[in-house]
Order: sequence, then C-alpha cells, then structure tokens
Amino acid sequence: MIAAIALAVGVVLGVILHPTVPVGLQPYLPIAVVAALDAVFGAIRAILDGIFDDKVFVVSFIANILVAALIVFLGDQLGVGSQLSTAVVVVLGIRIFSNAAAIRRHLFRA
Amino acid sequence: MTEEQQPRKSGLRLLIDAGRPRATRAQVIGALLCGLLGFALVTQVHSATGLGFTTARQSDLVDILDSLSSRSDQLRAQIAAEQTSLAKLTGGTDQTEAALEEAQQRAATLQILAGTAAATGPGIDLQITDPQHQVAADDLLEALEELRDAGAEAIQITGSAGAATGTTPTTGTTPAAGSVASAGATPTAAPGASGHVVRLVASSFFVDAPDRSGIVVDGVLLAPPYDIVAIGDPHTMSTAMGIPGGVLDTLTAKGARGTVITHDAVQVTALHQVPAPQYARPAPAASPAG
Repeated sequence: MIAAIALAVGVVLGVILHPTVPVGLQPYLPIAVVAALDAVFGAIRAILDGIFDDKVFVVSFIANILVAALIVFLGDQLGVGSQLSTAVVVVLGIRIFSNAAAIRRHLFRA
Repeated sequence: MTEEQQPRKSGLRLLIDAGRPRATRAQVIGALLCGLLGFALVTQVHSATGLGFTTARQSDLVDILDSLSSRSDQLRAQIAAEQTSLAKLTGGTDQTEAALEEAQQRAATLQILAGTAAATGPGIDLQITDPQHQVAADDLLEALEELRDAGAEAIQITGSAGAATGTTPTTGTTPAAGSVASAGATPTAAPGASGHVVRLVASSFFVDAPDRSGIVVDGVLLAPPYDIVAIGDPHTMSTAMGIPGGVLDTLTAKGARGTVITHDAVQVTALHQVPAPQYARPAPAASPAG
C-alpha cells in the first residue's frame, strides 16, 4: 500500500520536477528502470508466494540495477553497448513476463 | 506503468493481507525504492520523448559518424574515379583527334604519291609536239625518269585521243615500276577508248602503239602532241630537261619539239586507279618479320 503510494508520489515528482538526465547516466537509466521493474515484479511474486523478505528485496533491487548498469558499461567499453543493452532488456523482459505470469496465476488461479 | 499498477491494485487485498504484519522498515524501504523507480521511469520517459541524436549513446553516435564518414569517403573516391575517367576520355578524344589528323595528313601524302588524289603546286609543263610520230615509249620513259630524278612529286601526261580501233576495256595488269615493254610485246587489250590524261605513278608503263600512232601509257593510247605536267621544283626540273643530251635534245634529234614552261601553280588532276590487294594484308606493326 505504502509502496504503491510512494510509486505514485515518485511519478508525480518526476512530472513536476522534470529533471534532465545527466549525460553520464543517459545510457544506464533505461536499463536501470527495466531492472528495477524486474525487481519489483519479483517482489510482488515473492509476496504472493509468501517468501517476501525486505532485505532480499532491497538487495535484489539495487543489485539488479548495478548489474544491468555494469553490463551496459562493459558493453560500451567493448564497443557492443547497444547490443548488450538490447540483450539485457530482452532477458529482463523475459523475467518480467514470467514473474507476471506467476502473479497472474496467484491472483486469478489461472 | 499502468500495466504494472493494474495487477498490483487488483491484488492489493491479498498483498495487504500478506504484508500487514511486517515491519514498517521494510514498508518504508520498499516505498522508497518504488518511489525512486517511479521517478526514474518518468524521467526516462521524458528524456526518451526528446527524439534525435541528443538521446543517442556515444557509441551509436560514433557509429553513425563512422558510417557517414566512410560513406562520404566512398563517394569522394567515386568522384575521383569518375573525374579520372572523364579526364581520360577527354584526353583520349584529344589524342584520337591528333592521331586522326596525323593519319589523314599521311593518307593525303600517300594518296598524292600513289596517284589517287589530285595535287597542285609549283611545277613545269613539258609540251612535246611530234608531227612525224617519231617519239617512242623510251623517250617518254626517259623524260619521266629525268623528272623523277629532278624531284617531281606528281606527274601526269596528256595526249590527244589516239585513233584506236579496239574498244576493249583495259584491265590493268601493270608491270613493274618503270619497265618498258618492247614494241613487239604490245598487249592487244591496251588501246584505250579515249583517255586523254594519265597519272604517272610507280607502276606506270609506256608501250609503243603497234601502228606507231602513239604511245600506250598504262593501257591508254595517247597520240601526240603530248603534254607532261609535273609538280616539283620548277627550276630543277626545267634544268634537268634542258641538259645537253637530255630529254629536249633527244626530242629535237628525232624531229620532235619539246617546250618546258615553268609555272607557279600547276594542277595534276588525273587519278590512278588502285585495285584493292587481293592477298596482301597489312601486317601488325608489333611483329618485325617473323
């Protein structure tokens, strides 16, 4: 409940403040957002599974973001940044989809 | 985002039931992270809506720049190649024109020498009157050779129409250069119709007509008076004609009379027909005899 409200507050803040993304962060922000989304979906699934742990959520959230950013950074250094970010997005998307499927099974029993 | 919120809201009761006994710290941290996520999401959406190269990553920009520069390099190389070929073609046209001009000049020269083209220039006019028909083929040949020795470049001989009986067309089986057939070897087909003017070339021949009515030159019967026009140095040729014991003296001794008139410009208009060679072909210039 609080998390949902915080999410809405963050969205409103982003709309109001309208910040510009620093140039150094520009390649990493979209990947970080996707990674965070994956962490959130994983957390929801864990809650529904009854195995949610706040420490695990925080660590997985931050670790997901860091790993995704690291992979993109490495790709940029290797000259395959765009390909690797595509790969990260694909993998995270698959995970999000599977998590969403698990959530759906829990909520709708289908 | 709405897709993400939709399952959350619909499952809220279950989630709340599952999460209510938990510590507030977990709720707060989760809320913080979720707020961060929403903030980042909106920020990214905003920055992504600004299309163009501003949002492209550095490596992409470098790639685009590389491809553009390589493309422009290719185009530049193509331009250079096209310009080179253009210059080649233009230069080739110039060279071709020069070669064509040279070849045409050479062809004109050779045509004059071969007698297939009319010529004009300074020269002499040797008129031979022979009322008693005493001038023989030898005399005309001598005159011709003297003229050649004196540097005549184009020569023609004019005679009045012979009283020829035969009308057989002449087929030019021409002997070797400068040869003179004897009177007995007169070809029966020789007496021409009414050719008054004959171009004298390397293969020309003189034959006495059988009835002494004139001289057959290249198969054409010419009767006196004769008129030889030669292009060359007029002074040299007239001197060559007048040397003691030369052409004019010989003519005088035979009862004929030769007159040399020098002109600043004479015309040699008679043409020599050259049959195309039946067997000989131009050899490639690269292979020197073998």
